[in-house]
Amino acid sequence: MAIKSFGIAALALAATIGAAQAQTSRVKFEYWYGLTGQLGEVMAEHCKRFNESQPKFEAVCVGQGGYDRAEQNTIAAFRARQHPTIVQIYDAGTVNFMLSQATYNAVQFARDFKMKIDWNDYFPGIRSYYATSKGEMWSFPYNSSSAVMYWNRAEWAKIGRTTPPATWEQFERDMRALKAAGHSCAYAFDFDTWQSMEQLSAIHNQPIATMGNGYEGLGAELVINQGVFPRHVANLKKWQDEGLARVQTAQTGKTIVQAFADGTCASMLSSIANHGVVGDTGRPGLDWDVAMIPVYEGFSRHNSLVGGASLWVMANKSKEEYEAAAAFLDFVLTPAEVKWMPNVTGYIPITVPAFNQMRDEGFYAQPKFKGREVAMQSLTFTPPTKNTSGIRLGNFTSIRSEVRSELEAIMNGQKTVEVGLNDAVARSNQILRRFEQTFRGRTLP
Amino acid sequence: MTGKRVTFSNTWLAGLLIAPQLILVFTFFYWPAGEALYWSFTLEPPFGGENQWVGWQNFKTVFEDPLYWNSVRISVIFALCSTALAMGIALILATFVDRQLPGYQAYRFMYFWPYAVAAPAVGLAFRFIFAPDAGFVSALNQWYPGIWNPARDGVDAVILITLANAWSMVAYNFIFFLAGLQSIPRSLTEAAAMDGSGVLRRMADIQFPLLAPTFFFLVVINLTDSFVNSFGIVDITTAGGPARATDLMVYKIYSDGFKGKDYSLAAAQSLVLMLLVVSLTFIQFRFVERRVHYT
Repeated sequence: MAIKSFGIAALALAATIGAAQAQTSRVKFEYWYGLTGQLGEVMAEHCKRFNESQPKFEAVCVGQGGYDRAEQNTIAAFRARQHPTIVQIYDAGTVNFMLSQATYNAVQFARDFKMKIDWNDYFPGIRSYYATSKGEMWSFPYNSSSAVMYWNRAEWAKIGRTTPPATWEQFERDMRALKAAGHSCAYAFDFDTWQSMEQLSAIHNQPIATMGNGYEGLGAELVINQGVFPRHVANLKKWQDEGLARVQTAQTGKTIVQAFADGTCASMLSSIANHGVVGDTGRPGLDWDVAMIPVYEGFSRHNSLVGGASLWVMANKSKEEYEAAAAFLDFVLTPAEVKWMPNVTGYIPITVPAFNQMRDEGFYAQPKFKGREVAMQSLTFTPPTKNTSGIRLGNFTSIRSEVRSELEAIMNGQKTVEVGLNDAVARSNQILRRFEQTFRGRTLP
Repeated sequence: MTGKRVTFSNTWLAGLLIAPQLILVFTFFYWPAGEALYWSFTLEPPFGGENQWVGWQNFKTVFEDPLYWNSVRISVIFALCSTALAMGIALILATFVDRQLPGYQAYRFMYFWPYAVAAPAVGLAFRFIFAPDAGFVSALNQWYPGIWNPARDGVDAVILITLANAWSMVAYNFIFFLAGLQSIPRSLTEAAAMDGSGVLRRMADIQFPLLAPTFFFLVVINLTDSFVNSFGIVDITTAGGPARATDLMVYKIYSDGFKGKDYSLAAAQSLVLMLLVVSLTFIQFRFVERRVHYT
């Protein structure tokens, strides 16, 4: 008896070792992602789905605790030759990676490893954001979103309106009516430049910088002190002072999303990725919807920009790791996987075939996902122009923070709109010149 | 007085024994500091590669930026205020505990807990508590609308990070003050008491002068800590805002270097910060320490 159970134990042990060996004989590659929290879990889940879908390869996925960190850590790891094969890099990091000479560009990679990818499957607005000036893709678009206006339908009903404002002029009239009806915060905004500067400029077909928003070279200069942006900032200031709109940040106690979800504020501009967040955390009975961002009268609407991140393949890895990486990238681009992402997050489907399938299957008719197609309409409203393809400026993170600081100064009344934006432009141009000098001798692809 | 000097002749063994420590110091301090020195005279692309020698350009960029001097000014104010606050409160708490007021055992045990809380956690707590719309302190705004708003008012924001930093440093200072107070011989204070001097008189004439070495040590530590260690609190509570009102030198280094990936500019700034802290400490040892009597 004792001998028999010993034999069983030995067999069991051998079986475990065998299984473990089968595990280790899979070709592994490392994938680093930046997203955290619930979205981070989705990233990890996506790896698990890949690992379970086939026996040959294994993705080892490591969360880096934020987009910023993912970029920092990849840079540090690359310098120490410990970098991953694939890394998720946010939109603003694109230019650093394009100039890095540390990546395997996506077009070349797909060709070398015989990926099944069809570049024309991506929505044009998504493709243009991550493409070079010659239209070549250097990274694989992944989690993507765009900005929309969230509006509280019940509050608008109180002022007798059933449709969201399509123009900012109408929006202003609506806000006045909301205030007259006793609402203390018709519109919540913050100092994030993504909605108020980048998206707003795109839908009005206004440049943020010269040289095609930086696509044509490192010599670009910021031009946000002209055109529609100064006008919008002046309006924000006016609305704030009149008590129509309010600044909502983590520092004031509630972010715009929290203030909208609990009904404090009646509208905001935010990423469609927050659609799920508002749905899940909204006050019970909150009657809300999303709409395209309003445009100023006299402008024709253009496509909005994509936000989110793309997947970069890094240089100097082994052939086996690249084969595994290619299998992973093919996997995440299958229609089934592209469709899975919007089900578990607020992100949009990134390829046209997947979107068409979802629409035909009635995805957007489900109450939980209703309205998400607005982001697709906004993103594909027109074919991308020179001003709406994307933004390719060096050290854009610092430029965003310069603009943010000046917006704070303007809203606090320390500076006028004109002075604030001129200062932001002057300081941003210094940043751009330093970047140009740092990358002297290299040109944007 | 030519006393015998005890020497240790086996220098090789001595070297071997201190080697681990030396290697650590070299790897984590001298090497990075040397690298920073090199980077500050070059322009370093984020991913490495051909960096170019630019001489003093990075330092010129730093010093010609009026906002950098603003950052220096805020850092100095922040360091002085939070040091004064943290040491003042700690000294009061330590004297209370030293006088064995009711419940002192519990307080002695609890007062140093805040030091174990990580800076970002402190920042998060203070951000919530002092949020003008939703925090506990928002009650102030109910009475006097607009009196407290660190999201809009730069002065309020500086007060907020000063409080948060002081709160976490009080704990550290408390331990040292209490240890200092308890090492003062009881006979001294008792003798003074028998001569009829009151509590405050004894503190002013006996305890505080004898605490001078502790005091001096804590000033150096607190100032240094406020200059170089405060970025976690700033990042979470105010993120340098509003309108750069809390953009401390160390936070600027973080945002330029790690967020903006301008390693050379950040390296130049960290050298400036290092020199500032070194010279402050030097001044303290050169001029203040002379007045300190070690018992």
